[in-house]
Amino acid sequence: MTQPLLELRGVNKSFGVVHVLHDVDFAVYPGQVTALVGDNGAGKSTLVKIIAGIYGRDTGDYLFDGEQVNVHGPRDVADLGVEVVYQDLALCDNLDIVENMFLGRELRSGIVLDDNAMEEKARETLASLSVRTVKSVRQSVASLSGGQRQTVAIAKAVLWNSKVVLLDEPTAALGVAQTRQVLDLVRRLADRGLGVVLISHNMTDVLEVADRITALYLGRVAADVFKEDVNQTQIVELITTGRSGELGIAENPATATV
Amino acid sequence: MTVGSDIPAKTADSDFANDNRQAATIGDAARDYLNRLRGGDMGSLPAILGLVVLFGVFTTLHDRFLTTYNMANLVIQASSIIVLAMGIVFVLLLGEIDLSAGVAGGASATIIALVMIDYDWPWWAATIAGIAAGAVIGFVIGSLVSFLGIPSFVVTLAFFLALQAVPLKLIGSGGSLRFDDSVLRGLSIKNIPVTAGWIAAGLIVVGFAALSLWRYRSRSARGLVHQPLALVVIQIVVLAAIVLGLTALLSANRAPNPNLFEISGIPRVLPVVIALLLFWTFVLTRTRFGRHLYAVGGNAEAARRAGINVTRIKISAFMICTGMAAISGLLSASYTGKVSPGSGGGNVLLYAVAAAVIGGTSLFGGRGRAMDAVIGGLVIATIPNGLGLLNQAAYINFVVTGGVLLLAASVDAISRRRRSAAGV
Repeated sequence: MTQPLLELRGVNKSFGVVHVLHDVDFAVYPGQVTALVGDNGAGKSTLVKIIAGIYGRDTGDYLFDGEQVNVHGPRDVADLGVEVVYQDLALCDNLDIVENMFLGRELRSGIVLDDNAMEEKARETLASLSVRTVKSVRQSVASLSGGQRQTVAIAKAVLWNSKVVLLDEPTAALGVAQTRQVLDLVRRLADRGLGVVLISHNMTDVLEVADRITALYLGRVAADVFKEDVNQTQIVELITTGRSGELGIAENPATATV
Repeated sequence: MTVGSDIPAKTADSDFANDNRQAATIGDAARDYLNRLRGGDMGSLPAILGLVVLFGVFTTLHDRFLTTYNMANLVIQASSIIVLAMGIVFVLLLGEIDLSAGVAGGASATIIALVMIDYDWPWWAATIAGIAAGAVIGFVIGSLVSFLGIPSFVVTLAFFLALQAVPLKLIGSGGSLRFDDSVLRGLSIKNIPVTAGWIAAGLIVVGFAALSLWRYRSRSARGLVHQPLALVVIQIVVLAAIVLGLTALLSANRAPNPNLFEISGIPRVLPVVIALLLFWTFVLTRTRFGRHLYAVGGNAEAARRAGINVTRIKISAFMICTGMAAISGLLSASYTGKVSPGSGGGNVLLYAVAAAVIGGTSLFGGRGRAMDAVIGGLVIATIPNGLGLLNQAAYINFVVTGGVLLLAASVDAISRRRRSAAGV
């Protein structure tokens, strides 16, 4: 198997007396969609925030391209080429698509904003993702539908030649057709060789688009499997009880010492 | 696909099917504009209509309203409101408010007058000292708002009360400081030579035309979103008509008794206002700092996640606001020829907020331009000017101005509702 783009090994994280993550191993491979599933409180958000550099980790290693890296904040993570698309889309309604895509990293010539170059690059990126639903790149973001906004947020992540994109519940608030658009986009990202992490509650979405599935149960990795090896029932069991037949955690962690 | 026929389609474009590059004709552009109006994106239109109505009413009611003498007066009276409103636009853009800007301007003007009278500072050093004092006040306000998280309404209300002490302490109750430096006082009472005025006006028109056409050419050549050429030309013609018309108006002899002496030329304060307008428009639309101001006003959390230093942006906005307030205080001292303990108090600040909002700056943050302050400031200044000519009692003035502000705020609130409904 190829080397993972991004890998966490033996990560532990506690908030006070609450031990949220127990020896979590997590890997993202290039060209694959890795689905991160788990019930509320399983530690998905904490794991994502550790990857994003928002939280530090108590123990464990953070590897990128097989090399151990020191991550001290969101900036370091962004510099590695890891982008996070948050659930509550981080877009400014009063700015247009181009302005949003370059927010915080505007191109300049001298001290003047280089709007022409930004517009060209934004259009190229959207075109390369085969985004056909946007009327104009100079449209204000307030006028976009939920799916289009999600598309812009994802395109923003892709614009920076990122290698790993984490999508936090990208389809949670979307209708059927819009979910379709976003899932197609997720697939295309992986086809371009990016490592994609999809955090989702929706089993249909996960089974449709994911290559690997990592299930968390009460802060532990219950299973890290290929999609072909599991069915929907097994995933649901992994999420709700931590084990399913041969898969899962041997000992019931609910009764284990915390 | 509405790509102009002269643009070679790029390879990437084939995938980007619905992308509109320009409103193809002037008719499309007009239809786009109407749609935006209907969607609640009114811009400065209500203010311009208001200005037309006010001019119409006052012209019919008083024959001396539309004289060149009164128009020049109006320009001078509006300037201090416009400059203060321009500063206020920056805090309104963030969805904040600065109630203390008026008295901060009064305090700064006191400092300017004092260092000139007591320490014989030259006018420019005094002006720098005054603006610096204003910026320091803004720094403190901005820090309290961003670090302690106190609502700006409360912080600046406290400063509004406290800062009134500064001129009172420095000048003494009932006193006043003369403001008679020939350069600073001259801003309001002297005019620039007629020839120089025409040259400046010509430069502005030519500069605007060159910039617009260059922008049109470079954007259409690269296949980017651009306006139709006809619209660009119309914009240039309208600007030329306004600038040259105003220059012609102010270059005529406007003395009430033209045979005895001559008053002509653009009041010196006007170039100051125009320079500030151009500078801040450039900062807001063409620099990274300006873009970040809009972003923080639109969605502070998104801005923070994009790596923007929200605290720095907030503090700078308050510093710009009070710095501009200092200039406004200077202009108003220049107009009256003195600084008194009450300078900048009373309704000065509320007039400026009204000017910004009437001009089209949103009270809810994220929307506004430096130009809004100019248009709104003219509306606000026209009311006391016209009512003064009509010899109306002072109370009428307050009622009318309050009514206009309420109207503007209603337009803002309604258009905001329509915007979120129509999603423009």
